[in-house]
Amino acid sequence: MVAYIHQHKNELTALSGILIVSGFVFGGLGNESLQDIALVTATVIASIPIFVKAILALRMKAFSIDLLVSIAVIGALSIGEYTESSIVTFLFLFGDYLELRTLEKTRSSLKSLIDMAPKEAVILQENGVTKKISVEDLQEGDCLIIHSGGKIAVDGTVAAGSASINESAITGESVPTSKSIGDQVFSGTILDSGYVEVIAEKVGEDTTFAKIIELVEEAQDSKTKTEKFLDRFAGIYTPAIVMLSILVYGVTLDLHLAITFLVIACPGALVIGAPVSSVAGIGNGAKNGVLIKGGESMDKLAKIDTLVFDKTGTLTQGKPSVTDVHTFKNTDQSNLLQLAARAEMISEHHLGQTIVAFARSQKMDFTSLKQSEGEVIKGKGIKTVTDHHQLVIGNRNLMKIEQISISAIIEDYAISREKKGNTAIFVAVDGDVSGVISIADQIRKDAKQALEQMRKDGIKKIVMLTGDNQYTAEAVANELQLDEFYAELLPENKVEYIKRLKASGHKVAMAGDGINDAPAIATADIGLAMGEGGTDISMETADVVLMADQLLQFSHAYALSKATVNNIKQNIMIAVGTVAVLLSGVLIGNIHLASGMFIHEASVLAVILNAMRLIRFKSNGRYLSKKVEISAIKA
Amino acid sequence: MEKAVYQLESLTCPSCIKKIETTLKKTAGIDSVKVLFNTSKVKTQFDESTIESSEIKKVIQKLGYSVLSEKKS
Repeated sequence: MVAYIHQHKNELTALSGILIVSGFVFGGLGNESLQDIALVTATVIASIPIFVKAILALRMKAFSIDLLVSIAVIGALSIGEYTESSIVTFLFLFGDYLELRTLEKTRSSLKSLIDMAPKEAVILQENGVTKKISVEDLQEGDCLIIHSGGKIAVDGTVAAGSASINESAITGESVPTSKSIGDQVFSGTILDSGYVEVIAEKVGEDTTFAKIIELVEEAQDSKTKTEKFLDRFAGIYTPAIVMLSILVYGVTLDLHLAITFLVIACPGALVIGAPVSSVAGIGNGAKNGVLIKGGESMDKLAKIDTLVFDKTGTLTQGKPSVTDVHTFKNTDQSNLLQLAARAEMISEHHLGQTIVAFARSQKMDFTSLKQSEGEVIKGKGIKTVTDHHQLVIGNRNLMKIEQISISAIIEDYAISREKKGNTAIFVAVDGDVSGVISIADQIRKDAKQALEQMRKDGIKKIVMLTGDNQYTAEAVANELQLDEFYAELLPENKVEYIKRLKASGHKVAMAGDGINDAPAIATADIGLAMGEGGTDISMETADVVLMADQLLQFSHAYALSKATVNNIKQNIMIAVGTVAVLLSGVLIGNIHLASGMFIHEASVLAVILNAMRLIRFKSNGRYLSKKVEISAIKA
Repeated sequence: MEKAVYQLESLTCPSCIKKIETTLKKTAGIDSVKVLFNTSKVKTQFDESTIESSEIKKVIQKLGYSVLSEKKS
């Protein structure tokens, strides 16, 4: 029965609306008894769902707005105010309907994310036959087949094929990334073009995508201090209004005034104003690849004035890459790189592997070069015979041991590279230094722009804390024009430094790339983790997670948090303002029941519409940069 | 201890949360209840030997909210 009424609420609303209109038509034609019948019927019809809700709430000892309206309607009917009773009930239901529609809009960002989750998947069975099954029936170890335009339903590894995949559901980054055998793919991502077979590693609720959704859902419902206060306030406020209106009646003996007072003092906009803003703000973040863990984090983030960054993996990419290949004495650049890459294939050292990876990314075919001898000299470099050349590749030390002289020009060049934060690797061909390969952990392409943007938005101080050496730290700090930097720190030093900043009155956000920065992230007012496609630890400990590891997402989140907090303030002002105007209007006698209800409903819609602006919020000059590509080498 | 999540029709009034939470908490066998207002979901943990998830669904429906789907885990 209750459910039935609930399902047909819209029809009841429409019916009562029609009856009210026809009531007025009868009234206009002079038939007052028909008018009264129509209006009373309209009141009764529209009252049913309101009364039912009020009674259900009362049984749970919860005072609800429905109860206030119910009392008011009974009161209005008893004093023969049929016009008012019908309009109040109709407006209340109609307002409820509009609120539902608009609330759906503020919740839409999350919904559009959820809708990205695939419902079905095609698996390759052991007998070689493909079969379409529901996502819920998928199991770890299943082999999924995904064609262009298809959605990936699991987290897993590519077992065959290659494709370009749009990972915006996970990272907020809409430029597709190419994936081939051995690469990780995530549930909720879309295959742009190509074909892959994926072995499922995580299914259902365990996938990164499902975890993101859950985090965002929880975040949207975790409340800010303001919201908690408003909740408590509304809990006291509603019964207080009932008492007050009884008091008004007791003093004035004017039932009409008392009822009007009751209806318009409902705290609707006040209760809903702050939560809708948070929901819209958090939704906007999630869509752009920033997880903000709830209203409380949003609140704190908006108040941040000091940023502390870890260097490696946060301000820089976290993995070394070749920044320059410089040759001397007319040596051909690509020739040198091919030789070096072939030679370094025997190296386990990460710098060596960086050179090999770089040559591969340049689509060089060096694996066919003949290599007859090879020796790794630990901590120094390698010695090989490659393509009939004697190669010595490594640091100064190795050159010295091998008695290969480094000319002043080459030495000057190497030092200039080192001052810029590079590691210089000397490549000697047949006993002569022919080139220097520079390797560095490069600064993220969007770092400068993001930091500038955040300074404009109100950040006063930017600090870098790093375990790396002074030389490299200085190069990065100068490049990014940081206010302060501290090098060669241990994790506990970072914590101490953040404590000191907090003690001196700064509101500190600490950004790091996870495990070694975890203590510092936990100490700061706001902890920020680079999600790197979403590792569990970083996603759970931090207040804010950047899913695509882009600092521009951080600057967006910062601007967004400020906009959200402002939006909440505006909504509270709208709500309090409306109640104040209405109450004084009623006491003066200018506002009646129906018009009061109208203004009340309008204020509720106003706060929802105001919050909806946050869904489309874009921070100034913000764009998510394309995946970092190494530009062609400078000669 | 079992977990179940119920997807309700869209919730509009924050007072619904309190209503659903208090009622379910009083129901025997239910250990914890969390109502997510914005996603209109009810998350419960319950003792399977005392109450079945379909019974919990009925309680929610009796309060006047239609349950669109339920998921046990």
